Amino acid sequence: MTRVLQVENLRVSFPAVGSSRVYPVDGVSFTLDQGETLALVGESGSGKSLTSLALLQLVPSPGRVEAGSTIRLGDTDVLALEGDALRRIRGRRIGMVFQDPMTSLNPVFTAGDQIAEGVRAHFDVSRAEARRRALRLLQEVGMPDPTARLDAYPHQLSGGMRQRVMIAIALSAEPEILVADEPTTALDVTVQAQILEVLDRLRDSHGMAVLLITHDLGIVAGRADRVAVMYAGQIVEEAPTERLFARPSHPYTQGLFASIPRITGPVERLTPIGGSVPTPGAWPSGCRFRPRCPKAFEKCETMPPLLSVGPEHRARCWLAERGDP
Amino acid sequence: MLARRAGRPVTLLQVRDLVKHYQAGGLFRTTAPPVRAVQGVSFDLAPGETLALVGESGCGKSSVGRTVLRLQEPTSGSAVFEGVDVFSLDRVALRRMRRRMQIIFQDPYSSLNPRMTIGAAIAEGIEIHRIATGKEVGRRVGALLEEVGLDPAYATRYPHEFSGGQRQRIGIARALAVEPSFVVCDEPVSALDVSVQAQVINLLADLQRERGLSYLFIAHDLAVVRQIAHRVAVMYLGRIVEEGPTEALLHAPRHPYTVALLSAVPEPEPAGQRTRIVLGGDLPSPSHPPPGCPFHPRCFHPHRNERCRTEEPPLRAVGSTLAACHYAESTPSPEAAAALVSPTAPGG
Repeated sequence: MTRVLQVENLRVSFPAVGSSRVYPVDGVSFTLDQGETLALVGESGSGKSLTSLALLQLVPSPGRVEAGSTIRLGDTDVLALEGDALRRIRGRRIGMVFQDPMTSLNPVFTAGDQIAEGVRAHFDVSRAEARRRALRLLQEVGMPDPTARLDAYPHQLSGGMRQRVMIAIALSAEPEILVADEPTTALDVTVQAQILEVLDRLRDSHGMAVLLITHDLGIVAGRADRVAVMYAGQIVEEAPTERLFARPSHPYTQGLFASIPRITGPVERLTPIGGSVPTPGAWPSGCRFRPRCPKAFEKCETMPPLLSVGPEHRARCWLAERGDP
Repeated sequence: MLARRAGRPVTLLQVRDLVKHYQAGGLFRTTAPPVRAVQGVSFDLAPGETLALVGESGCGKSSVGRTVLRLQEPTSGSAVFEGVDVFSLDRVALRRMRRRMQIIFQDPYSSLNPRMTIGAAIAEGIEIHRIATGKEVGRRVGALLEEVGLDPAYATRYPHEFSGGQRQRIGIARALAVEPSFVVCDEPVSALDVSVQAQVINLLADLQRERGLSYLFIAHDLAVVRQIAHRVAVMYLGRIVEEGPTEALLHAPRHPYTVALLSAVPEPEPAGQRTRIVLGGDLPSPSHPPPGCPFHPRCFHPHRNERCRTEEPPLRAVGSTLAACHYAESTPSPEAAAALVSPTAPGG
């Protein structure tokens, strides 16, 4: 397997009260191989979206990626790039699809124009050829009546169609990596099913690596090869998907699973995690899940590292030392 | 309490043939057709019962909730609540009635005044309806905060100091302050993180048991609905297309749309997904609903035919649910249906 992305010790900081800084992403490391799907799962404030923005140096000001962070895209050190060199990476090598296509699409240009613009930004082709490729991309993302939709403006399209246009734009540069940040969260469930099916099909046909950012463990199952669970700026557990679902080992991951209402099986009272996710300025010392953790003990006042709990399976929990979680 | 309960009707709320159209208005009105948000919805709600209204955006579920409370005026139809015709009440009588009917919104933040302490926000209803006066108001506010799982000392704080889950608890406390018997819950947990969502679902269930509340629970998530609803009504383009006891409807759905909706729920199971039906197309516009069965352009039922395109199917008893499908008796199961729908069929 070719490694296409390696992120090491990524830290993103924002200024806080006084001269201090907070670290909503605090030491995140992961890798992505060609054709692989990694799901970054977490609740709001976990740092999952900022992590994906940092990959393209898109962290909004006044935030910054801290020194000591590494993002390697193939042989390229992304954090050393600026200007044109950085723009050549964005879109061309890493494509992005966001939650809300309406805010990413330009309302005064047609779908066809915006896809063709993507094509021409990355390939030296004529306008006519760019338009032909735009049509082909719309067909590929399963747009109904694609020829007519080339000339449609974003407001004339449904939410699902807009997301198809966004995916077509992301694909226009034939990127090695597709970052999909909550790509279906704003969509109705039957449309979500359509879009996920398109993403799966394109990953397989293009051999792209996919970084799927989501809060929904339901769309991870049967789709991602590996899962990394984030809590309070850190990865707290990572494992191959089936293993994570079969044997969640971090008490936070276990709590998430117990909180999810199911459509099958017996209806039991849900077991929520007490309290709420702390904000970056208010992270407790030691293990950040400690105040909400039903299994916390003295040692948890020291921050645990990611400890091995099985093949390719690690959890940031001291109980892993005892083989307990 | 007992005496009142004995005198209470079996049906708390009876809605019949509710219609709500929105006229496209403004400057250039208007030859545009109205948005037919609700097209003849009928249901009953018993004391202590939860009926879930389920559907995708634009199906009219929120319009039903708001019209029943007369936060919007109905186009036609009737709603009888505790024996009183809600749609014929004048302003004064309606205000009295509001004490008994409350609503919880998806985003409680937008319904809380940022300059008002949450104690004052909760006290407002108690004072308006003269439920208590003087020190008793503060005591009630404290008790309500405690009942929804918040520290009574929070009464002096402002909405921005709270997390999303805490704000939803505040919204619930405020709705309960006037001692309603009926609460419309409009997507109350949709904006919450999953760990917090579970807290609020449990809280709503506990409050229902303790206070004998009836909920009209408006939601798009069938798994959430399964946790809390006794009965489910599935809406599509302004109509109820299937209705029944929760488990019966989820185990043996009779309307093809319910089948599709169920199969689209992403289930967090290690073995991956169940068979999945990927419907073609989008919801048609409620301004231009298709003739006949509203679902026919997206339907995968093997018996779908000309009749579906011309004749609107009535809601009728089939098995243990009511379903509005001409061929509900032979609706394929989710597994069988998945085989009928090509997974690569282009959709909207």
